[in-house]
Amino acid sequence: MIEVKNLTKYYGDFLAVNSISFNIEKGEIVGLLGPNGAGKSTTIRMLTTYFAPTSGEIYINGYDIKENPTLVKKFIGYIPEASPLYSEMVVYDYLRFIANIQDVPQDQVEERIEFVVSKCGLTEMVYKKIGELSKGYRQRTGLAHAIIHNPPILILDEPTSGLDPNQIIEIRELIKELGKEKTVLLSSHILSEVQATCNRVIIINKGSIVADGPTNELLKGSFDSERFIIKIKTKDSCESIKSRLSGIEGIYGCEVFDGELKEISLNVARKEGIEEKIYTSIKSTDWILYEFRKEIQTLEQIFKQLTMEED
Amino acid sequence: MKMISVQWKKIYFLLMKEFRYFFFSPVAYIFICIFLIALGWLYFSRFFLYNQLEMREFFNILPIVLSFVVPALTMGSFSEEFSSGSYETISTTTVSTLEIVFAKFLAATLFMYIALFPTLMYPITLAFLGELDFGPIIGGYIGSIFLIASLVSIGIFSSSLSKNQIISFIVALAISVVLCLILSLMKALIPPFLIDFIEFIDFSSRFSNIARGIIDLRDLVYFSFFSVIFLYLTYQNLELRKLA
Repeated sequence: MIEVKNLTKYYGDFLAVNSISFNIEKGEIVGLLGPNGAGKSTTIRMLTTYFAPTSGEIYINGYDIKENPTLVKKFIGYIPEASPLYSEMVVYDYLRFIANIQDVPQDQVEERIEFVVSKCGLTEMVYKKIGELSKGYRQRTGLAHAIIHNPPILILDEPTSGLDPNQIIEIRELIKELGKEKTVLLSSHILSEVQATCNRVIIINKGSIVADGPTNELLKGSFDSERFIIKIKTKDSCESIKSRLSGIEGIYGCEVFDGELKEISLNVARKEGIEEKIYTSIKSTDWILYEFRKEIQTLEQIFKQLTMEED
Repeated sequence: MKMISVQWKKIYFLLMKEFRYFFFSPVAYIFICIFLIALGWLYFSRFFLYNQLEMREFFNILPIVLSFVVPALTMGSFSEEFSSGSYETISTTTVSTLEIVFAKFLAATLFMYIALFPTLMYPITLAFLGELDFGPIIGGYIGSIFLIASLVSIGIFSSSLSKNQIISFIVALAISVVLCLILSLMKALIPPFLIDFIEFIDFSSRFSNIARGIIDLRDLVYFSFFSVIFLYLTYQNLELRKLA
C-alpha cells in the first residue's frame, strides 16, 4: 500500500530524513517511533504530499506520488499533529465541507457524516464550534476528518499528543478499531503508545531507520537482557545480598543501594523462568520483600541499545 | 510536465467556506462599515466645495482607500492558515493548490464587491438632484471591479509569503500604495526615459482613464493580466514551500 524508496529530505544543509526505505502492506498498523526531531513528521509530510522529497520515491497504492498527487491524496486520510482545524466552524459544517471537497457523492454526504460522527463518538458535539471543543474531542474531529471519505490508508501524526490519560486510551481504542479495516501509519515518541496500538514498529532516529519489525519482537524479543528492581528490608549487608543474588544462574549484573529499604537492581539474561529463580532465592531468606518488578524499557534505553548494536 | 487541473466544484465549496468565515463573524460587518464611513466621509467632506453634480472625486479617492482596505482584508487569507496549521490540513485533502488560491481570490474579490455595493446609493441619490452624466460613473464602477481584483491578487500573494499577518499587511500595503498613489505623485521627479514604463505600470492613471468614461481595452487587459500574474506567483510560492 505504501512503498518508500530511499526517501531523503534536506532542509537547507540539515539532513532531516536520510535515505529511508520501507513497505507497508494492507491491513498493518504501523508505528513510526522516534524521539522529537527524529524526522517522523517530515517523513509523514512527504507521504501526504505536504513536503516534496529532496530525493527518493513514494508509491501509494502503486501510484507515484510525484506524478499523481491529487489521485494519491484520495487514498489517504491524514490529520497533522494537534489537529489544526478551522476553529470558527461548527463540527457538522466542517465535516460537510470536508466531505464535499473530498469527493463524497452528494447523496452519501449525510450518511457519511452520521457514520463518522457515531464512530468517533462526536454525537453530542456535532453542533459545537471546533474552537470550543476539548483537546480530546478536537482530536476525534480530526479523526472524523481523516476517515470521512473512507480512505484505505490512515496517516496520523502524534495522534495522542497533548491529551490526558483517559483521552489517550479512548483515542487508542478508536485507532485500533479503525485499524481493523484500514492500513494505519501513526507516529509517536511514546513507546507504550506504539506497543498498545501497533503491530509493527519502525524506529527512526536522526533521520535513519534503526529498527523495523513486529512490535512484540522488536520491543521485547530482540533485547537479550532485562532489568529487575527489587526492594527489601533486611539487616544483611549489601555485600552479602550481592553475593547471594549473583550466584543465581543467568544474572550477570547486580547492584545494591543502601537505605532504609535496600534497593537491588539486577541485570538478567532473558530466559524463561528467571523470575521464579530469583523469587525462590529470596524466599529462602528472612528478607521482607517490598517490591519486585521488571523495569519497563524506555525509548531512550532502546535507542541506546539499538545504536550501540549498530556501532 | 504536471497537468494542472482545476475542479470548479471544489473551488465553489472552498469559496463558500471562506464566505462563511467572513460573514459569520462580526469582523466582516465592522470592516464594511469602516470602509463605507471612510469613503463617504472623504468624498462628502469635499463634495459641496466642488458644487458639481459628479462623482469624479469619489473615484479619485477610491483607489487610495482600497489600497489600505484590501490588504487588511487579505492579510489573513494564507498567513492565518499557516500559523494555525490548518493549511496543512486542507492542502493534504484532494484539493489542489491552484483551487485553494482561486477560492481565496474569488472570496476576497466578491467580498469587496459586496462592500462596494452600498456606494451605488450615491449616484442614485445624486440622480434626484439634477442631470447626472452616468457615463463616467458606470466607467468608474467597471474600473473598480478590475482594480479590486488586482489589489486582491497583490494581497493574496503577500499573505502567502509569511505566517505573520502584519508582515503580509505591510507588504501588500507597500505594493498597493506605490501602484495607486506614489507612482503618479512621482511622475515629475522621474527621469524622462522611465516615464513610459511608469505610466505603463501605474494603476491610478489607468483607473482614472476608465473612471472618466474612456474604457480602453488595454487598461482592462492590463488589470486582468496583473491579477493573473500575481495569482500565478502565489501558486508558485505555495508550491515552493513544499520544497522548503
